[in-house]
Amino acid sequence: MVEMIPSVGRELLYREAINEALKQEMRLDDNVIIMGEEIAGGAGREHLGIQDAWGGPFRTTVGLIQEFGNERVLDTPLSEAGFMGAAIGASSTGLRVIAELMFVDFMGVCWDQLINNAAKMRYMFGGQVEVPFTMLTRIGAGFGSAAQHSESFYSLFSHMPGLKGVVPSDAYTAKGLLTAAIRDNDPVIYFEHKGLYTQPSLVPEETYVLPLGKARTLKSGSGITLVGISKMTWVCMDAAAELDKLGIDAEVIDLLSVSPIDYDHIIESVKKTHALVVVDEDTPVCSIASDICARVAEEAFDYLDAPPTKVTAPHTPVPYSRVLEDQYVPNVPRVVTTVKSLYEGYR
Amino acid sequence: MELNKEGLLHLYKVMSTIRHFEERGIPETGQRGMSASVHSSVGQEAVPAGVCAHLSSEDYIGSTHRGHGHCIAKGVDPKAMMAELFGRASGPNKGKGGSMHIADMTKGMLGTNGVVAASIPLAVGAALTSKIKKLNRVAVAFFGDGAANQGVLHESMNLAAVWQLPVIFCCENNGYAESTPFEYASSVEALSDRAASYDMPGFNVDGMDVFAVYEAAGLAIERARAGDGPSLLECKTYRYYGHTVFDDPLTYRTKEEEDYYKSRDPLKLFREKVLPEGEISQSELDSIDTDCLNLMEEAVEFADSSPMPEVSDLYVDVYSDYPISMMKRGTNMSI
Ligand SMILES: Cc1ncc(C[n+]2csc(CCOP(=O)(O)OP(=O)(O)O)c2C)c(N)n1
Ligand SMILES: [Mg+2]
Repeated sequence: MVEMIPSVGRELLYREAINEALKQEMRLDDNVIIMGEEIAGGAGREHLGIQDAWGGPFRTTVGLIQEFGNERVLDTPLSEAGFMGAAIGASSTGLRVIAELMFVDFMGVCWDQLINNAAKMRYMFGGQVEVPFTMLTRIGAGFGSAAQHSESFYSLFSHMPGLKGVVPSDAYTAKGLLTAAIRDNDPVIYFEHKGLYTQPSLVPEETYVLPLGKARTLKSGSGITLVGISKMTWVCMDAAAELDKLGIDAEVIDLLSVSPIDYDHIIESVKKTHALVVVDEDTPVCSIASDICARVAEEAFDYLDAPPTKVTAPHTPVPYSRVLEDQYVPNVPRVVTTVKSLYEGYR
Repeated sequence: MELNKEGLLHLYKVMSTIRHFEERGIPETGQRGMSASVHSSVGQEAVPAGVCAHLSSEDYIGSTHRGHGHCIAKGVDPKAMMAELFGRASGPNKGKGGSMHIADMTKGMLGTNGVVAASIPLAVGAALTSKIKKLNRVAVAFFGDGAANQGVLHESMNLAAVWQLPVIFCCENNGYAESTPFEYASSVEALSDRAASYDMPGFNVDGMDVFAVYEAAGLAIERARAGDGPSLLECKTYRYYGHTVFDDPLTYRTKEEEDYYKSRDPLKLFREKVLPEGEISQSELDSIDTDCLNLMEEAVEFADSSPMPEVSDLYVDVYSDYPISMMKRGTNMSI
């Protein structure tokens, strides 16, 4: 059994942990290749001594081209439908492709390839084909980037039978889940949060795999279960510290996977705490948060002292102006207020 | 617009306004912590100036993430644009959009756009409106060399050719998509060659020379207005700065290349062509520059003194008709 919380290792940033997983998996398996926009950068200018000009838009792929060459590290033209489809095609014919979609907001450009090919090929073809494909992409608001560069649309992918999805929340889970995603024989969407890249945490040097579809408990408690998704896990942890001062002992679960969702882990917790708040940066309608609340209501109804509740973004696009964006993303005061009102209303 | 004295001064004023807007507005936006998604078009001023000189506010343009120049050339108020960049309620988008979404429908400006190539079919659609409603308007889709490799451009070009729509596909080929060189990403050397695939004329011009842009755009727009269908216009240009303020372009391009293009600066080229003819004096151009400098001072003041949006505006303009309570329902929003 792998530990879900590391006890050994050295401090790496989230982005360095992603980089380490990519390098280690590419060393272990020649079939693993990676492609995307600015993965290396300055493509085709080796003759001018230019290589790895960007190392990825957020420097998660830095150094790959030096080690693995431009046959396994492919900068692409700005053609997401074409290269994502090609990555899926290559993954179904013997390669194991990692492809990057720079921001999840651009999924519309390649959505058809993801949902009609990657997600369905194995099933439609009667199990003849495997699609060991990993798509890296980015989520998260809070950076003044407005409506087309700030979404957290993992729920849309979870809706699709055939796709798996992970939302690592720190460097340790970033490495272990990326290793798992690459080795998995199904398409996995790997959601990096822009607000976590420079967060350090303990990461073992050797490779390790964290299980897809498993959540972890970061803080145990008996008063209420808080479920965080990606960066929202840390909002839950901070809220739990505040709640502690109010005498409310919160348990915090870090979801880690958005498909499959570890309902059992959450339900076990709710059986103990009798209350649930899911904190989700995505919009609320047909969301992971609403899905978890519904599942808990169905399967743990008798254990609940209060309605399963969520703290999410509103049902609007992401606004540009700071004064609006600050209200948009769930924050500690909103979680604390929500928990307090559940306590006052139902306990 | 004809290139009499007034027209010439207009071209220069547009280019100078764009230059000054970028040079002042982008660092000011950065100082207000909002620079994540702002892209400078310094170096590329001749393209929007030369193209939009043929357009009225009735005509349409679609723009890109690097779109301040398109906005200014199409007549959007730089003061309002500055306010938008600062996230103020007095911006054309009321602070909801920022640099990558500036839109002003009163000027036929269909928005800068954060998704590369996404605005191209919008311009095609505006041309369709014009054709069906017999409005005699044209639409220009501005896009970059990176956008040229998106499937939607190709679908849009075919569609516009099949329907013979009054649209100009105007590629600002500045040699790079972020750090990716054009020659790496494109199978052809001249994007204008792709026009042949869609049976439309392809023009290829020096995008640092506002007169070359003006002339070719004039031919393409005249064709479109006459009902002869779409054209592809490739303008070879250059961005002086990095992709965003966070990018150091010398990691993927050379100083010599930068110097070459800067030696062919569009405002400088304009002066070199126009001043020897004697009709316009150096001091006339200098005073345009001074006016633009002052305008930016005013714009920054205007933006800073404008109110921020009300927090409740978060829920405004999502739909024409939808209960706000439904946008908040089950979210535990605090406002
Ligand atoms: C569909 C999509 N993919 C990727 C991006 C990220 N991105 C923003 S601008 C850009 C490069 C655009 O290059 P080009 O079209 O040449 O315009 P330029 O920046 O040179 O003006 C990229 C890759 C995006 N915004 N949209
Ligand atoms: Mg370009």
